[in-house]
Amino acid sequence: MEFFKIRKDIPFMRHALVFNVISLITFLLAVFFLATRGLHYSIEFTGGTVIELAYDHSAETEKVRTALEKAGYADTSVQNFGSSRDVLIRMPLKAGQSSADLSKKVMDTLSAEDKGVQLRRVEFVGPQVGRELAENGAMALVVVCLGIMAYLALRFEWRFAVAAIVANLHDVIIILGCFALFQWEFSLPVLAAVLAVLGYSVNESVVIADRVRENFRKMRKASVTQIIDNAITSTISRTIITHGCTQAMVLSMLLFGGAALHYFALALTIGILFGIYSSVLVMAPIVKWLGVSREQFIRPPKKEKQEAVV
Amino acid sequence: MNRYPLWTYVVIACALVLGLTYTLPNFYGEAPAVQVSSIKATVKVDDALLARVEAALKAANIVPQGTFLDPNSVKVRLADTDTQLKAKDVLNQSLNTDRDNPSYIVALNLLSSSPNWLTAIHALPMYLGLDLRGGVHFMLQVDMKAALTKRLENLTGDIRTELRDKNLRHSGISREGSSILIKFRDADTRAKARKVIEDNQPDLSFSEQDLGSDDFRLAATIKPEAIKRTQESALKQNITTLQNRINELGVSEPIIQQQGADRVIVQLPGVQDTAKAKEILGRTATLEIRMVDEDNSNPTALLAAQQGQVPFGDELYTERGGVPLLVKKQVVLTGDRLTDAQPGFDGQTHEPAVNVTLDGPGARIFKDVTRENVGKRMAILLIEKGKGEVITAPVIRTEIGGGRVQISGRMSTTEATDTALLLRAGSLAAPMEIIEERTVGPSLGADNIRKGFHSTLWGFTAIAVFMSMYYVVFGLISVAALSSNLLLLVAILSLLQATLTLPGIAAIALTLGMAIDANVLINERIREELRNGASPQAAIHAGYERAFGTILDSNVTTLIAGLALLVFGSGPIRGFAVVHCLGILTSIFSSVVISRAVVNLSYGSRRRLEKLAIGNTSWK
Repeated sequence: MEFFKIRKDIPFMRHALVFNVISLITFLLAVFFLATRGLHYSIEFTGGTVIELAYDHSAETEKVRTALEKAGYADTSVQNFGSSRDVLIRMPLKAGQSSADLSKKVMDTLSAEDKGVQLRRVEFVGPQVGRELAENGAMALVVVCLGIMAYLALRFEWRFAVAAIVANLHDVIIILGCFALFQWEFSLPVLAAVLAVLGYSVNESVVIADRVRENFRKMRKASVTQIIDNAITSTISRTIITHGCTQAMVLSMLLFGGAALHYFALALTIGILFGIYSSVLVMAPIVKWLGVSREQFIRPPKKEKQEAVV
Repeated sequence: MNRYPLWTYVVIACALVLGLTYTLPNFYGEAPAVQVSSIKATVKVDDALLARVEAALKAANIVPQGTFLDPNSVKVRLADTDTQLKAKDVLNQSLNTDRDNPSYIVALNLLSSSPNWLTAIHALPMYLGLDLRGGVHFMLQVDMKAALTKRLENLTGDIRTELRDKNLRHSGISREGSSILIKFRDADTRAKARKVIEDNQPDLSFSEQDLGSDDFRLAATIKPEAIKRTQESALKQNITTLQNRINELGVSEPIIQQQGADRVIVQLPGVQDTAKAKEILGRTATLEIRMVDEDNSNPTALLAAQQGQVPFGDELYTERGGVPLLVKKQVVLTGDRLTDAQPGFDGQTHEPAVNVTLDGPGARIFKDVTRENVGKRMAILLIEKGKGEVITAPVIRTEIGGGRVQISGRMSTTEATDTALLLRAGSLAAPMEIIEERTVGPSLGADNIRKGFHSTLWGFTAIAVFMSMYYVVFGLISVAALSSNLLLLVAILSLLQATLTLPGIAAIALTLGMAIDANVLINERIREELRNGASPQAAIHAGYERAFGTILDSNVTTLIAGLALLVFGSGPIRGFAVVHCLGILTSIFSSVVISRAVVNLSYGSRRRLEKLAIGNTSWK
């Protein structure tokens, strides 16, 4: 079997400008949504209480809400979660209220209304923890970026490092933009997914950068554009197959993983799809514009060595 | 060209055999068990207890599937849940003869039902996190400011006593924020006082201030290293207290550990009643000092009291050793006045003793009470769950000042150590607040395991089917490499006993999905070499060699992301990051070394290899 019988290099770089305009527009849209709608943070970041309940019949969220309002809990959000029998209650932090009483009182209130309710999960996060998690998350993002850039600069060239990070941060912003647009819940696992995808997408850039370096040594007469086109074309089948396989796994999580893994898998899906696009069509033009050239890879002393080996 | 030396095969074979051995326990599932552990520091878990447990079970005609002794508990594996409940009742009755004052926790637990030889080499199933098995997780923050304030209050009291003892006149001692301010009328007294305090309180540093002709001030602050020590000991004491309290809950495997400088994590697997757990964690002072009712200490009054006629204003308690004692209801001192308790020896008799330190106000009260009651008995009680036990009831021989109290008499060295621990553990050194809570019901835990397992299974199947169709034999080899990756990853997780959570399972799935990249890279490279006219053997060689650099680079970048998550992540993220990082390491080994070994074994020795079964490469 073979999906990719590509006989000639595809002239990716000829349309580089078009691709970059597309990325710029999606990027700006993502920033726009992030700025206007903001992320819908989970209680891990904001602090508060989440209570998950399971009824033995389909639950009416409206009834649950009125029952809670009568008991004096005003700012609660009640929604179905996964199935019509599972209910998720979100409550904001309130000064002077301990989580112990809260979950117990809520359960008492609700089981008085309806006997067939069962407590599945309680999560309470205090305000100081939430702030710390947000700070640590931001720190992790910065460290990942710096670490990857340093490694790529060491292994390849600073131009690749800059291009790869720009391309992949653009992915991160787009994932976050999607979460802002649809107001999907941004939780800790989603943050983990975003960072994992960042590391994974960089693979793409590494594979292409590797090929570019190899081509500079092999294709002595080719222009930079030809070299990049050839590098992308010859790795495109690997790119798509790898991403297809990873996506199959993520899709399986999306289908079978249930509500707990839903947004995690969703973030990965967006990240993987945009990862193909950005590392191929965003990173390569940036590398070219930053002025990559053969001399950066084959320095005089190294050149002799190379020839001796060949 | 495509041959590995023998030792490489041996290494790979060893890795796989080890991997299989340590993965095995995960397949056996768990059997019902009963766990017996000690509730009191004075009661040890040893061979004698094991023998008692075995004898009790034998007497009740229960045949255990195995009994195990570990440093903290005796575990008994049983055939089914009915026997488990029966065994629990039997053990509870025979070990805890005194119902109101149990010495052991008998808790239901689950034990791996893997064969004993696996347990003997520490091959255990993966350690499941709370989100997979259900339970409660708390994060508590210790109020360090309160701990320091308490210490400062104590020091203020100490200084006051010292100055009075030395007849040094001051015009006021007070605590101002984080320092102690002492006022003097002349510089000479101040210098003398400073000398005295410096000698007695090595933890303090001083600064002097002159505000006019009759206002000479001395400000004392706690030295930074002493602050650190105070905070550390406050945290340690709180952890000890929590441990003792949690023992009452009868949880089989509680986790209580320090996190950072001022936080404690408490995990109680299997506990559903959070309200009760929280009530027990948050309980306050449990030590009381009261006077013994001397007027009613005669045998007749005691006998009457035992029959229910307790004199007004008294309470009946039993001293250690079973001697009844009538103690006044009026409390002289409570546990919050206690700052420390250490085991030691009596200076004169060289008997083992417990040295208790009281805080300033406590010391003053104690001094007054002892002065007025020389020759009488004083009872030291430990109140737990509303019922008390008299630890000791010594006779007061002389007035005791300075807040240092020695409890001695009829104690062995071990008992002194344990009593000191009990006294320390009786109260919290500083208040704590729950800042994070997670409760997961057991049904949700089981659901999460099932969902995580299915995600991984179907994702893996999809990849396996696609790979073997697209790359034929090389696809199958890739799938074999991926399976060995999974095997090694599970083995390492089982071996390290790292906590597996739902994000951890997601990380296993994701790592597998990403690890296939290496094999795709290799296979594509081999195809490309073949298309460019290389011979099959040369193509395999070049494919692996050239792809290796790329694989290494891409895994390092992924690893950087994983490590950052590990360092900055907490809770669910850390569970994800641990598995992710380990998975990257195993995937390099399996996709490069193991798959190459299989390829070398099947193709390396063939001299005339015409064609490789790696799919269509003849289109160019």
